[in-house]
Amino acid sequence: MTAETMEAPLVAAPTATPPHPLREFWGYFSANRGAVAGLFVIVGVVLVALLADVLAPHSPYLTDTKIALKPPFWQEGGSITYPLGTDAIGRDILSRLIYGSRLSLLIGVIVISISIVVGTVLGLVAGFARGVTEIFIMRLMDIVLTMPSLLLAIVVVAVLGPGLVNSMLAVALVILPHYVRLARAAVITETSKDYVTAARVSGAGNLRLMFKEVLPNCTAPLIVQASLGISTAILDAAALGFLGLGAQPPSPEWGTMLADAREFVLRAWWVVTFPGLAILITVLAFNLLGDGLRDALDPKLKR
Amino acid sequence: MKKSALFAAICVPAFLAAAPLAAKTLVYCSEGSPENFYPGVNTTGTSFDASTQVYSRIVEFERGGTQVQPGLAEKWDISADGTVYTFHLRKGVKWHTNKNFKPTRDMNADDIVFMFERQWKQDNPYFKVTSPNHSYFDDMGMPKLLKSVEKVDAYTVKVTLNQPEAPFLADLAMEFAAVQSKEYADAMLKAGTPEKIDQDPIGTGPFYLVQYQKDATIRYKSFPEYYGGKAKIDDLVFSITPDASVRWAKLQKGECHVMPYPNPADLDAMKKDPNVTILDQAGLNIGYLAYNTTKKPFDDVRVRKAINMAIDKKAIVDAVYLSSGVPAKNPIPPSMWSYNDAIKDDPYDPAAAKKLLAEAGYPNGLDTDLWAMPVQRPYNPNAKRIGELMQADLAKIGVKAEIKTFEWGEYRKRMQAGEHQMGMLGWTGDNGDPDNFLHTLLGCASAAGNGSNVAKFCNKSFDDLVTKAKVTTDVKQRTELYKQAQVIFKEQAPWFTIAHAVQLKPIRKEVVDFKLSPFGRHTFYGVDIKGK
Amino acid sequence: MLRFILTRVSLVIPTFIGITLLAFFLIRLVPGDPIETMAGERGIDAARHEQLKKDFGLDKPLIIQYGYYIERVLHGDLGKSIVTRESVLSEFQTLFPATVELAVCAILFALFLGIPAGILAAVRRNSIFDHGVMGISLTGYSMPIFWWGLILILVVSVQLGWTPVSGRIDVLYYIEPVTGFLLIDSFFSEDEGAFMSALGHLILPTIVLGTQPLATIARMTRSAMLEVLGEDYIRTAKAKGLSRFRVIGLHALRNALIPVVTVIGLQVGVLFTGAILTETIFSWPGIGKWLIEAIFRRDYPVLQGGLLLVGVIVMSVNLIVDLTYGLINPRIRHNR
Repeated sequence: MTAETMEAPLVAAPTATPPHPLREFWGYFSANRGAVAGLFVIVGVVLVALLADVLAPHSPYLTDTKIALKPPFWQEGGSITYPLGTDAIGRDILSRLIYGSRLSLLIGVIVISISIVVGTVLGLVAGFARGVTEIFIMRLMDIVLTMPSLLLAIVVVAVLGPGLVNSMLAVALVILPHYVRLARAAVITETSKDYVTAARVSGAGNLRLMFKEVLPNCTAPLIVQASLGISTAILDAAALGFLGLGAQPPSPEWGTMLADAREFVLRAWWVVTFPGLAILITVLAFNLLGDGLRDALDPKLKR
Repeated sequence: MKKSALFAAICVPAFLAAAPLAAKTLVYCSEGSPENFYPGVNTTGTSFDASTQVYSRIVEFERGGTQVQPGLAEKWDISADGTVYTFHLRKGVKWHTNKNFKPTRDMNADDIVFMFERQWKQDNPYFKVTSPNHSYFDDMGMPKLLKSVEKVDAYTVKVTLNQPEAPFLADLAMEFAAVQSKEYADAMLKAGTPEKIDQDPIGTGPFYLVQYQKDATIRYKSFPEYYGGKAKIDDLVFSITPDASVRWAKLQKGECHVMPYPNPADLDAMKKDPNVTILDQAGLNIGYLAYNTTKKPFDDVRVRKAINMAIDKKAIVDAVYLSSGVPAKNPIPPSMWSYNDAIKDDPYDPAAAKKLLAEAGYPNGLDTDLWAMPVQRPYNPNAKRIGELMQADLAKIGVKAEIKTFEWGEYRKRMQAGEHQMGMLGWTGDNGDPDNFLHTLLGCASAAGNGSNVAKFCNKSFDDLVTKAKVTTDVKQRTELYKQAQVIFKEQAPWFTIAHAVQLKPIRKEVVDFKLSPFGRHTFYGVDIKGK
Repeated sequence: MLRFILTRVSLVIPTFIGITLLAFFLIRLVPGDPIETMAGERGIDAARHEQLKKDFGLDKPLIIQYGYYIERVLHGDLGKSIVTRESVLSEFQTLFPATVELAVCAILFALFLGIPAGILAAVRRNSIFDHGVMGISLTGYSMPIFWWGLILILVVSVQLGWTPVSGRIDVLYYIEPVTGFLLIDSFFSEDEGAFMSALGHLILPTIVLGTQPLATIARMTRSAMLEVLGEDYIRTAKAKGLSRFRVIGLHALRNALIPVVTVIGLQVGVLFTGAILTETIFSWPGIGKWLIEAIFRRDYPVLQGGLLLVGVIVMSVNLIVDLTYGLINPRIRHNR
């Protein structure tokens, strides 16, 4: 589940390629129904995010205190105009959830991009440079890993100030070590192999080796880790939002919506239930996808 | 999941069986942990509530009122010029006992002198213990006011002031003047643990502290030898419950009897519950949005007026305060003398606002920030939500407001430094005098530097009026001056006045004779509980 | 062997120094003025402000403050809370048992459900049961636990009225803290209902905090079992005609549990993260809630001390897991 339990078998994966790698991959992947379902949900969420302007029945920011806390349409007092009800100041919950999907996907993608880029570079550097640089980088990562991730993220947000961008940076920082370790392990495995030695003998520089030879060979584990990482990122950012440290109101970020709705938990179940469900479904989809990718990309577990 | 059901099945009967104890126990669902048990250095109601049960003061406010009555002093004489107060102390007042300390003597003049000196004399060994910042003592002007405090004999104390001060007795009934045991203080100083007197307090009050578990409970037992007679309840328990909805859930289930600060959203349900009564009292407070009148574009009164007209005040009060607040038009609450009810509030009129904004040179609207406090305050239940509503209203006249917030201490500091363009804040009065609002919050003196006039509003005619009223003694004259000042306030519009919050206290029906304190305290001496 | 232990232990030293640096400097970077916070709503005059700054040593250059800090830490002094003026260590000591109690219950809950579920899923691979367990555990793993807690309170406590809403024990029970673990203290107390009350208050927080570890453990157990079941010696055992129960119960399980035990060790960090959210939701008087409040109050000493203690605890647990694992499994010892 965690990166640590995963990285070892992945990196050890042999890179000898059967005739049609993509087709073979799809064959394994599509056999896993959960993964396909996850993929469908993700495609759905992406479409919703892209088409938010068309799909959302209302503006996510439009307030109207006259219709505050309307229940969903199937309950008494609800109306189909506001299918999932309204929040404390009369905003349509469905519309906010739809626009919120943009934020959650954005958080997932940006956080992972930052972590992958920075993490891979650090990992490659550590793997190639060895010596003091390596020790320094890896010790630093150990310290980050030692701290409970949410606690560290909270402190980082406290330093930078609450907000969407800062919470993304904080989450990116706390998941960084996984990518650094992954990349470094890949470098160490790969550089001991013949083809790298051959390339080196033929005069290839370190930089060239890093990006031309080693990096392509650790993309598979990185992809798996990224898809699982997106779910962690979304979850952690939502937790920060819930604690009031993430995206700030009136932003329709799901965790922030939950925090805002907390005081109504006894009076209006819908303001609390739907944002949480949205988080759960999206995160679950990314985890299913990640699991499917791992099984399909890792021959050792193929069955 | 099956397991949870199983667990519940085992445990449910156990809760139902949890038999009430024989003693009369009152449970108060308090909102947070106290900082410590020494009110002299605290400023939060949460801390005062925890310590006020334990201590007595020289004089006391009557229960549920603002009248001063005898406390540790049975009677007192005031010299003709109003500068010398001689207090005659009650005899035979017993101290509590705890595991650290057994008192050997009754309360006497030494303890009273210690109360003053601890907060007053920098060389007192206790001055810096716990904290050297004696906020209320300083705020009430005591260091400048006091000339001497002398022990005449074991039961007489003479306090001499530098000048007469009418509210002096009322000041001594405030929380900061709680009397601690000098004997206990000396013993703890000797033992090298002076801070113990503030953590395991010993007082002469109606309840003594049995146990304090941070973030969980504070337990008190009634003190049988209390000079006013034993309290009607036997045990008093504070069940610390920070979340307002949870407090309500507990009150509903009978897990507590009294709760402060209900969630406005739950009020409807509370009114319907047959086991619960809601006590209410107008609060001495104001929640407002201050424009920084020294910064563009809010240096222009037309812009301020335009914003005033663009925000739908009624909608905010209905949605955020609900029934716990009334829309405000003046900077002082309606229950205060000199309140000018003749003043008309700016109407909610976005079209006129837009026009006015155009006249001021902003036909296409403008960009501004909008500061919202990060915390819930008595005068503002949810600043962020109010901010969102204001933001939406302002967008309709083309004003783009960005909501900003900081950590609470930081927030106040930056507001006072005038870093904002528009920002929310509020005030709760200390002594019921309009001066405490109009001069303190809107006078020129506090506009300078880091003063509490966060609108940085300095209008000569306004300032003249409130300064004159400050030195006038005739109440009728003062009333007139303050009424005029409120007219200028409305014309100049340094604030958008949001609302005055009402103090609401849901209590269970079995609680007898609980009285709301105008100062927002929760005291349980004299309260009874029936049925058990 | 000794060399292995020494290397591992020596690796901890730079991490420890790193944690002190992190705890000190990161916290000092947090904007905000603790003295302003302490002064509260009524503000504070400039002279007194300066005086307090001096008293707290906040006026010296950062690096010097760090020096003092380290010196005090090495003497076991973590300073005093700016808000309560109590020593950080003693506050930690009173609140820590609550967190430990909750965390231990959560882990036990996760083990008692997770291991059997994982084994059964592995044994009946690809059955409906297997898919069900995997589906549920992945859902658990994806659960935003702050929401999960709210929903459980709403349904179980408020709608059904089965469990209390928050806190550790019914306030009517007066339990003198001896160990600080309420389950133990209340068990030995005179009040008969106290133990059940404490247990009842633990149910929901335990479920909420245990959800993620449960998912992790179920999945780990399943995959470890699958791997072991495929090994030669199991096939031999089966071929020898040993009963299915014996094969699985005795041979496979023992070997499969080694990685599972490691995972439990690694869950400590996860548990702390979960505890922050769980304690906030259930008003549980533990370390997580304490730290969150310290952040909002800018209580530097509490934050520094808390981060340091939490870091050291996680670090020590990781070290112990590492050492045990190395001792059990000689391959690890020589490989790295």
